[in-house]
Amino acid sequence: MNINKNAAKRISMHAGVAALFACLPFSAEAHRAFIVPSETVLSANGWITVDAAVSNDLFYFNHNPLRLENLKIVGPDGAALEPANMNTGKFRTTFDLNLATNGTYKIGLANDVLMATYEDEKGERKRWRGSAQTLNELPANAKKVELSQNQNRIETFVTAGKPNDVALKPSGTGLELVPVTHPNDLFAGDPATFGFMLDGKPAASLKVTVVPGASRYRNKQNEMDLTTDASGKVSITFPDAGMYWLQASVQDDKPSVKQAKQRRASYVATFEVLPP
Amino acid sequence: MLLSRSASLALAVLVIAGLPASPAAAGEMSLAVEVPTLSVAEYHRPYLAAWLEREDQSVAANLSVWYQTGNRKEGTKWLAELRQWWRRSGRDQTFPIDGVTGPTKPAGTHQVRFNSKQGPLASLAAGKYQLVVEAARENGGREVVRIPFEWPAKGPQSLQARGTHELGAVALNLTP
Repeated sequence: MNINKNAAKRISMHAGVAALFACLPFSAEAHRAFIVPSETVLSANGWITVDAAVSNDLFYFNHNPLRLENLKIVGPDGAALEPANMNTGKFRTTFDLNLATNGTYKIGLANDVLMATYEDEKGERKRWRGSAQTLNELPANAKKVELSQNQNRIETFVTAGKPNDVALKPSGTGLELVPVTHPNDLFAGDPATFGFMLDGKPAASLKVTVVPGASRYRNKQNEMDLTTDASGKVSITFPDAGMYWLQASVQDDKPSVKQAKQRRASYVATFEVLPP
Repeated sequence: MLLSRSASLALAVLVIAGLPASPAAAGEMSLAVEVPTLSVAEYHRPYLAAWLEREDQSVAANLSVWYQTGNRKEGTKWLAELRQWWRRSGRDQTFPIDGVTGPTKPAGTHQVRFNSKQGPLASLAAGKYQLVVEAARENGGREVVRIPFEWPAKGPQSLQARGTHELGAVALNLTP
């Protein structure tokens, strides 16, 4: 009985640590979060399986699972879909998804987190983490409160049959991809154009990093550093076929939660590029 | 005398009337694709697509698509492995495609003929095209072979190309 209880406690602690890591802001050198599907271009309706992890190498599972509490799957008609067989292991979260109708699916999560540091009544520095809904949990007597907002988005795209763009419509909050080239129409050597929006407006001069997968088997990251133009668009020529990880982030003083001083918005996506 | 004169007149009218339409009306295309014999532990016949591509890479006509037509449940599942064809045309189709799809073929040379009176060539506008042949094999590779040509052909033409692993000789014979 006791052993079981301890084991349960350990597991929940692990889960807590993983959740913390999954929601930490990303930096280019640190662990990379990703959602990677088993395939991205299908000719017939059917199942795919999806992995989500925070790892050192792309796309391997060697650090922590990605927590998917805020997972949202949008189908070709814009309706939300439920994942099946969800499981969180030591290194990755997995689930299956039935692509029942033809078209494009967006699989992603959007976190909107508030972080605070404050001084309690004894003058000790404390940290707090929550959301706009739980802001009232901050102690009433907290002093020198510094509140910042973190909007993170991690996505991938899958198409059965003919692609469509209903699932690709931006929500208008945080940093988002607005594809010009369809994300499931990427071929090595063909230039692809991606647009980015911050709160529904073109994200100009945004730094975008693209890193090829299979990073374990080469000695360099081989990353591409790109910058969006005045209309928020960037042209990417993927040199080879394979899975790619894209990341972009901005920091500004325009949080949607008015009590916060700063906002950091980041976007991560996984793309499959096919041989020409 | 009278009869023969009117007959020759009728013939002349026929020839004149027939002239503008004649190059297209008589045009023929024959395609020979070699599925190579491969010495591999596990062999499956390749999926194959042959189509005509415009200069902007859009598809002008699907000629032939071979897949596992007998497998109703899983046969179409692997069509996306013909990646270029899937991207350019396949994903817009419903299967089977009348007059285009057929079962996979064994090793050997397979010939398909078309003429401009019917089928995919009937509506083919004059211009520059590429014949594209793409093959993909389960537990095997994928290969694309292209032959550029102009339609209608100015004279009889025999154009050749050759794959290196999934396709053997590909021949395109054009008759004006």
